[in-house]
Amino acid sequence: MAFDSLAAFIAMEGHGPYVWTCYGVFVLLLGGLVYWSLRQRRQVIAAQRRELSRATASGMAASQNAPAASFTRVKVSQD
Amino acid sequence: MHPIRKKRLTIVLFLLAGIAVAVGLTTYALRQNINLFYDPSQIAAGDAPLDVRIRAGGMVEEGSVQRDPESLKVEFRVTDFNSSVLVEYTGILPDLFAEGQGVVAMGRLNASGRFVADQVLAKHDENYMPPEVAEALERASAGTHKAGDSGGPETAY
Amino acid sequence: MWQLFHKLGSPKWFFGIANRLMPWLLLGGVALLFAGLIWGLAFAPQDYLQGNSYRIIFIHVPSAFLAQSVYIMMAVAAAVTLVWRMKLADVFVKSVAPVGAVLTFLALFTGAVWGKPTWGTWWIWDARLTSMLILLFLYFGVIALGAAISDEKSSARAVAVLVLVGVVNIPIIKYSVEWWNTLHQPATFKLTEKPSMPAEMWVPLLLSVLGLYLIFGWFACLRMQTEILIRERRTRWVKELVLAGRS
Repeated sequence: MAFDSLAAFIAMEGHGPYVWTCYGVFVLLLGGLVYWSLRQRRQVIAAQRRELSRATASGMAASQNAPAASFTRVKVSQD
Repeated sequence: MHPIRKKRLTIVLFLLAGIAVAVGLTTYALRQNINLFYDPSQIAAGDAPLDVRIRAGGMVEEGSVQRDPESLKVEFRVTDFNSSVLVEYTGILPDLFAEGQGVVAMGRLNASGRFVADQVLAKHDENYMPPEVAEALERASAGTHKAGDSGGPETAY
Repeated sequence: MWQLFHKLGSPKWFFGIANRLMPWLLLGGVALLFAGLIWGLAFAPQDYLQGNSYRIIFIHVPSAFLAQSVYIMMAVAAAVTLVWRMKLADVFVKSVAPVGAVLTFLALFTGAVWGKPTWGTWWIWDARLTSMLILLFLYFGVIALGAAISDEKSSARAVAVLVLVGVVNIPIIKYSVEWWNTLHQPATFKLTEKPSMPAEMWVPLLLSVLGLYLIFGWFACLRMQTEILIRERRTRWVKELVLAGRS
């Protein structure tokens, strides 16, 4: 250890505020970048999953029930 | 390599070379303005304008610092080991200010060749070392270090 | 060799490689960075002139070093984009530009906080500090230009040209302290000479530089993967991957 006590380590002979500000901002900004990058990725995957499940649902509806459904709907609206 | 790609590559290289030349010429033309400060030789040669706010930089000459006992006024010589310029300054000096250290002073050069500074910044070099090493170096360079003082046989005891 | 080059251009292949690399990059990077920073903060001796304020060097130099090498990597990728039209190169440029901007900001910020107690000023318009500020604006420009053009191909080309034009700033940053009078001191680390500090100072510094390099690699993999997921969302492998819910 280059310091005798924890208090001396924090104070750094008066240079503490400068040193600790730098290290604090460094950790904060890099941590923020990690959080932002991970969140962006989660959001992209979640959005694509929603889109895919909607597409497969409507795709299935279109391939099987869609003609009948639209037929009935037309019928109903004419009534 | 595909001829189209080869062509693109040459275009990219030419682009880079062109910009490099342009920027190189610009910085060469502006070199005097990019320099942060005038060194004492330039000032002695009359390159620095009088009575205009400029910066002067160099080493604080050993033994030249004179502090006024009644005020914060300090006088010292800044040297580049060829010529030197007398600087006067009133105010608080940075922690690193010391004889033999680099400084950059901001202020005006008056007709008598004195540099009246309103701000003094410390400039340090790229060397870092622990205090003990610095002390040892100083002792060694002061010449008080005798060859026989510290040797293998004594430390072996 | 060319085969590997073309394989590298395949987003799917890259995605898999990145998945395998990322845990190691993160683990190694965090370990090295922590070792370097704790060593530098608590165990390295103080400097004979600056006392303890010089401990800022252990984050200032890695940030500044990475800020410049990230830009050089971006410039290489930009050249690849222009010559070979490789999509992955453009993905790289756009993914890492924000990381480079953060690193440049950190270098400027820590430099300012360090400058106050040592030089006596937060900021001075000397060649080194000014060229570093230009680097920050270059990163901002790359991010803004990439976001402003929606067409993928023209955006890739425009960004690549900007990155290449800006690369002349890198030698200016590097040699500014030698070509001109600056307040900033010359480099402590040189490739050809021994560092001008003792081992108990430069070893932790080297550790934190290496650590930050690996962490940058992790950032690059993660952010490129995200960008690939967006761009390749219509391909089958991305759809399967998204539905499988892994990663």
